[in-house]
Amino acid sequence: MDLSAINPILLIASLMVAATPLLLAAVGELVVEKAGVLNLGVEGMMIVGAISGFSIAVETGSPWLGFLASAVGGAVLSLLFVILTQVALANQVASGLALTLFGLGISSLMGQSYVGVKPPATPDLYIPILSDIPVIGPIVFSHDLILYLGIMIVAAVWATLKYTRVGLILRAVGENHDAAHALGYKVVRIRIMAIMFGGACAGLGGAYISLIRVPQWTEGMTAGIGWIALALVVFASWKPWRVLLGAYLFGGITVLQLNLQAAGVAIPVEYLAMSPYIITILVLVILSADKSSAPASLGRIFHASH
Amino acid sequence: MIVMEKRPQPSRAWSLATPVVAVLATMVFGGLLFGVLGTNPFVAIKTIFWDPIFGEFAFYYRPQLLVKGAPLVLIAIGLSLGFKAGIWNIGAEGQYIMGALVGAGVGLAFYPLDAWYIFPLMVIAGAFGGWIWAMIPAVLKVKFGTNEILVSLMLVYVAEQLLASMSLGLLKNPEGFGFPGSRNLNEYASANSWILQDAGMHWGVVAALIAVIFAYVLLNRHMLGFQIRLTGEAPRAARFAGVNPARLILFCLGTSGMLAGLAGMFEVAGPSGQVSIDFNVGYGFTAIIVAFLGRLHPVGILLAGGLMALTYIGGEIAQGNLGLPAAAIQVFQGMLLFFLLALDLLTSYRIRFAKKEVA
Repeated sequence: MDLSAINPILLIASLMVAATPLLLAAVGELVVEKAGVLNLGVEGMMIVGAISGFSIAVETGSPWLGFLASAVGGAVLSLLFVILTQVALANQVASGLALTLFGLGISSLMGQSYVGVKPPATPDLYIPILSDIPVIGPIVFSHDLILYLGIMIVAAVWATLKYTRVGLILRAVGENHDAAHALGYKVVRIRIMAIMFGGACAGLGGAYISLIRVPQWTEGMTAGIGWIALALVVFASWKPWRVLLGAYLFGGITVLQLNLQAAGVAIPVEYLAMSPYIITILVLVILSADKSSAPASLGRIFHASH
Repeated sequence: MIVMEKRPQPSRAWSLATPVVAVLATMVFGGLLFGVLGTNPFVAIKTIFWDPIFGEFAFYYRPQLLVKGAPLVLIAIGLSLGFKAGIWNIGAEGQYIMGALVGAGVGLAFYPLDAWYIFPLMVIAGAFGGWIWAMIPAVLKVKFGTNEILVSLMLVYVAEQLLASMSLGLLKNPEGFGFPGSRNLNEYASANSWILQDAGMHWGVVAALIAVIFAYVLLNRHMLGFQIRLTGEAPRAARFAGVNPARLILFCLGTSGMLAGLAGMFEVAGPSGQVSIDFNVGYGFTAIIVAFLGRLHPVGILLAGGLMALTYIGGEIAQGNLGLPAAAIQVFQGMLLFFLLALDLLTSYRIRFAKKEVA
């Protein structure tokens, strides 16, 4: 065992990379839940985003087109959830599960000819002087653009929810859909937008795994990150900046256990690999006591003619 | 403009018809999907739904129907109890793995002793393994209000890692020339769940049938079953009627974990034979579809389990004969759940055509 092989600067830089898929998916789901909808299909939308982005990036040679395609792919899949929950008024829990099962199937169908293919590399940011500063350079100024995009989305979601009329309406719909409806807001339309935004974010997060973090395509490669993202929203008590904090915490745990595996710690690999999931459970237990910040209409079905 | 009007009472006719319509819709859209993939849709549908039962090699596939159907029905029966009450155990896959590990562990501990009591002990151990794994989300929900969906699902990944650890370590066959995986329980008569292997009969099939009867009696003739239904349909009324939610959570999650654990144990001691890294094949997740397809009704689940088993077997045949990818069947099954949930609208709403939008 050689713990000195773990470089703290690289550790922090790579935890930011590990956290980004989680961050993107969770901030998308936060918006969905703020609108009063519980979409459990995050895992499904992520994996569909992962393969849509991967295939387009491979075919066109451009990772940026790939990321665009992944957002579209995630949003298109989320439309299935829209049909089930907003049009057919089906139970949201069951519909989310359906979305995940369907997404896992369709993604492995789409990805058959992409197993073992290498995607085009996504370039890292390089700013002369800034990127060369020791310690701060590699941590702050040398990542790929999508990582910064993730942080910007968090900031934008925070500002929108807090300071804009759109954010206020979104929250009103999530807190009390009957009252929002009575005020003349189009509850269903607003929710559809929120769900599609969540789908696009989850898709981006999935593509981040297949194009940058891993980078290759394997079936079921999201390995529960979509579900951890759902837990993260609870962890963050529906607050955007806490999503960022939580994502970096989980990213840290993931990277640390991988580093410990590589350093040859006496704990068996399997037990290290299960640690992110166990820690998710522990965090949920600690934070579940306070549900006061959950949107009041979360998961409830809205039908205008009540 | 199409408007939806809530029915005063859910329609019984539609409630029975939706699964059938959903299956037909899935056949049509699944057929289209197969067509896009370059397979003749009619041949594909016939291969999946007809050949396993009536085709040339049906004598080989019919027993498989029991082998694949039993774990699905067993798990789905347990899940349906919770789903009825709004308690969502979606980690049955993990409970299935734990049942298999604990059950097989007990069996292997006795190797090579030959005694009648080994198999019953394995059954108890398997049920216990699944039960204890489901008790984790149940107790956390009761004590701390933790979301059981997320906890039970996280535990699937934990169980998968445990399975890998066990098949490479503790339960590895000492005479297996270093290959991963345990001893084959099919070669150990005292720990074998087969009754009649050629007919696909094993104790899991018997257990599945007992579970169907048990669930039917529970839901229709027992106070607890009434409370489960009441909680699902009218939570407020249930609270006023004095239903104890904690007890219900522990019972529903515990029972579904136990049944999933049993399914895993019968599988490892029979059709699968050994603990190995790729032991679990997703029965725990497919059982969710089975539970909904069976409309959360015990008899419905029995039929739905048969149908799902059929798509598994038919899918394998289509894979071999028509070159249809395995994932296509997964999509097919996911599609079924999708149509089912969408068409359920017709049970509680009436669709009418109106002139213009009011609000």
